[in-house]
Amino acid sequence: MQVDSDPDWSALLIRVRDHEDKAAFALLFRHFAPRIKAFLRKSGASDTLAEECAQEVMATVWHKAHLFDPSRASVATWVFTIARNRRIDALRKARRPEPEDLPWGPEAEPEQSEALELRQETARLGEALRQLPEKQRALIERAYFGDLSHTEIADETGLPLGTIKSRIRLALERLRHQMS
Amino acid sequence: MTIRHHLTDDILMAYSAGQLPEAFSLVVSTHISLCDDCRAALQAYDAIGGSLLDGSVGIPMTDESLEATLARIAAGPAPARSPMRPKAGIFPAPLRDAVGGDLASVRWRPVGMGVRQAILPAQGSATVRLLSIPAGQAVPDHGHSGMELTLVLQGAFCDKNDRFQRGDIEIASEDLEHMPVAEAGHDCICLAATDAPLRFNNVIPRLLQPLFRI
Repeated sequence: MQVDSDPDWSALLIRVRDHEDKAAFALLFRHFAPRIKAFLRKSGASDTLAEECAQEVMATVWHKAHLFDPSRASVATWVFTIARNRRIDALRKARRPEPEDLPWGPEAEPEQSEALELRQETARLGEALRQLPEKQRALIERAYFGDLSHTEIADETGLPLGTIKSRIRLALERLRHQMS
Repeated sequence: MTIRHHLTDDILMAYSAGQLPEAFSLVVSTHISLCDDCRAALQAYDAIGGSLLDGSVGIPMTDESLEATLARIAAGPAPARSPMRPKAGIFPAPLRDAVGGDLASVRWRPVGMGVRQAILPAQGSATVRLLSIPAGQAVPDHGHSGMELTLVLQGAFCDKNDRFQRGDIEIASEDLEHMPVAEAGHDCICLAATDAPLRFNNVIPRLLQPLFRI
């Protein structure tokens, strides 16, 4: 299980949140900023724009750290949602309507055990993704990173739209199976 | 309130991946605001995005990038849009933001037979509108040349196949020809997005279609 070998990104982000800890932020930056940059490059951003957006996303991570809840999302998931929204804004000049926040429940502090459970589940998901057959994983990656609709992927790969949809469906079923 | 008609995996994944046009994103985010099942499913798709990002190979940042980012941080956060506090109403937050208020703030325009609509601003090729259909009234028979997502906010409508009430989402594609009828009782208020103009099956509405952008 990866939980023990991966740095505890949640603990680092909570140090940023509670103590404005620049050393903790630097570790998060070193891991996530290059990945955000690559994500934006794959979506068609120039090198300069991707670099600038990655810096902006990481600055947002700092400013919004007080909204991070380790029992609801992993740091990687949370960073992904910020990077995705920045991409929509930068590349499409469009807004992204977001669902209404759920009202806060009675418990002020999230349960430690929930955060741990979420970390373990996230590690299993990462492992399950790595073990997908190459063709399925590549399509899922394209669907998330390529800024391409399924129809556009069909045009580019020459695969019929039905094949792409069924491969993605197979991949999702396999993930579900591995997670259950 | 039990929601029986949900978003599909295709659509949830595309929304999570940020691939939907703004018009569809508005309908999807409004539905998720009302539907805990789809909210949970969305979190799972976001987690896939997070895992892919985490497992991806990065591109090196410039040498001064961390310093530059800390300077951005010191300059303060970008001005946040003022959050609109939820008030009692029928519109969830994303729709309230798009309209600039609740039902009373909608600028309706008549499109004939008592049906009213309000087109909402959205970037991209897909369009999104609010529709108000008088209780008991049918929407003109129409098919679709693209995808149409319709979310019920008030009242209910039925078509040949099913019944849709508040929170339910109908996903119509090219093969569906339908004639939804608003139930008696309340006027039916829906949020509908489409990526192609609707095709009406009788002549007069089709002539008027370009004028009304219905």
